[in-house]
Amino acid sequence: MDPFVISIVVFVLAIALGVEVITKVPSTLHTPLMSGSNAISGITIVGALLASFSETFFALGVFLGFLAVIFATFNVVGGYVVTNRMLEMFKGKDGK
Amino acid sequence: MQDMTPLTTLALDKGDWLNLVYLFAAVLFYLGLKMLSSVKTARRGNLVSALGMLVAIAATFFVISDGEAISLVWIGIALLIGAVAGLILAVRVPMTGMPEMVALLNGCGGIASLLVACGDYLKTSDADLALLPGNTLMAIGLATLIGGLTFTGSLVAYAKLAGSKFIPDAPVQFAGQKALIAVLLIGGLVLSGYMIAQPGFGFGLILIAILALALGVLLVIGIGGADMPVVIALLNSYSGIAASMAGFVLGNFALIITGALVGASGIILTNIMCKAMNRSLMNVLFGGVGGAVAGGKGGPQGEARSFSIEDAAIVLDAARTVIIVPGYGMAVAQAQHAVKEFAQQLESRSIDVKYAIHPVAGRMPGHMNVLLAEADVPYEQLQDLEQINPQFEQADVALVIGANDVTNPAARHDTTSPIYGMPILDVDKARTVFVIKRSMNPGFAGIQNELYFKENTGMVFGDAKKVVSELSAELAAN
Repeated sequence: MDPFVISIVVFVLAIALGVEVITKVPSTLHTPLMSGSNAISGITIVGALLASFSETFFALGVFLGFLAVIFATFNVVGGYVVTNRMLEMFKGKDGK
Repeated sequence: MQDMTPLTTLALDKGDWLNLVYLFAAVLFYLGLKMLSSVKTARRGNLVSALGMLVAIAATFFVISDGEAISLVWIGIALLIGAVAGLILAVRVPMTGMPEMVALLNGCGGIASLLVACGDYLKTSDADLALLPGNTLMAIGLATLIGGLTFTGSLVAYAKLAGSKFIPDAPVQFAGQKALIAVLLIGGLVLSGYMIAQPGFGFGLILIAILALALGVLLVIGIGGADMPVVIALLNSYSGIAASMAGFVLGNFALIITGALVGASGIILTNIMCKAMNRSLMNVLFGGVGGAVAGGKGGPQGEARSFSIEDAAIVLDAARTVIIVPGYGMAVAQAQHAVKEFAQQLESRSIDVKYAIHPVAGRMPGHMNVLLAEADVPYEQLQDLEQINPQFEQADVALVIGANDVTNPAARHDTTSPIYGMPILDVDKARTVFVIKRSMNPGFAGIQNELYFKENTGMVFGDAKKVVSELSAELAAN
């Protein structure tokens, strides 16, 4: 099978899976859901790492890769930490 | 993924291993999202998801660090800058600043996808570009387009949410805006398609990037502040789809799967928000609701009764059930802690307290829930529209704190009202309604709220935080 077709199959199945799991999230947690899923979309960092890897030094493409690493890392770290902060507040009330 | 290799050899190369690790990471992301379905497991879910990310990054780093590339040090530096900046901001941002933070994160995800696609394109030599399959080239164009508009769209949303001087909260619309948006969008798509015919046409990619950046601004600037919950959710979805497109560029399943998960999540939230306002996505995006004065009729007139703190406190003291209705005004005044203390004051007099949360109250999905959670309000007391509406009839007092349009009874019966048909909180059915508000200025939709002129409604004018604190003090003094 053509890799592109496999990719499309994977893409469509992943969307179906996403719809399935996200509809079960209660409205109370919609903000952490957004910031948390946002952190996940920082997975672009993987692409950024691959794009910025190079033997050559002064290449515009590689430089864009570096920038991508910065933004994606910000996205990942910021997203997870801020989500954790919010969820901590929600969790705190369980015992009381 | 070449032709079938004989099973006996079963030799996985490095790329195959990496893809399996990515699959493992994607499973962890999925489990993390699944655990968000309950408050009890949510925090662990976030950690599971973070673990998945760590695994994916570590595996990628391991694979690229195999060679002796000069760029490795720089990659390390880039990781450090991003991590430190993200950490500082995430730790420092106050809960009231969360909508801006989410907008900023969306934007960063978008620009990262754009940069990955463009970087990958520029890194590839013209000879190799000619060998790329058409769909990869198309994906480069689309990742650039969606990533770019997510970036500038998020920045404009950020500016609106942060109350920037340069970009007004109200929708900015001009003649031909829709046509311009359509032209830019079609232009971007055509250029993406053109990439297939002319793989070496680098200028085309730059053009797509410029179009995309302009599109993001145009799309969001025409939307009013109170429609931001929809915009934020939609941009969230875009950032995921952009990541997915970058995945198509690199043939990377990790990006495709996770991008799709996030894309789906954003679309679902967008849909929930639109339903909560009884408006179509097109109406939210292009309706320009929130302009100076909509309708032009000026709404209902009459006498609004003003209540003093003392009088309001006496009524509250005699109540047995009180429903608190928070809105954006509570967030602006940062009144969540004061509200919690006030509720405790009521509860100490064995008055039953509940909170009514409208899905679009505030500036992003779940905004009120986060603020009240910060103030330690038990989440069992937070009730959504369907749960709470039947309870207003039995409530002695409904206390509206900084919410406006989501309480306007005109949405139920006035077919000429711009918000007609929008599901609202039936606060007017409570025996007494108190509305804490700075002034009689109409709400975001530019319409006067009928609620304020009802017989059972009393206005308590002032800053939400101040009024609520004074009410607590007055109750405590009795």
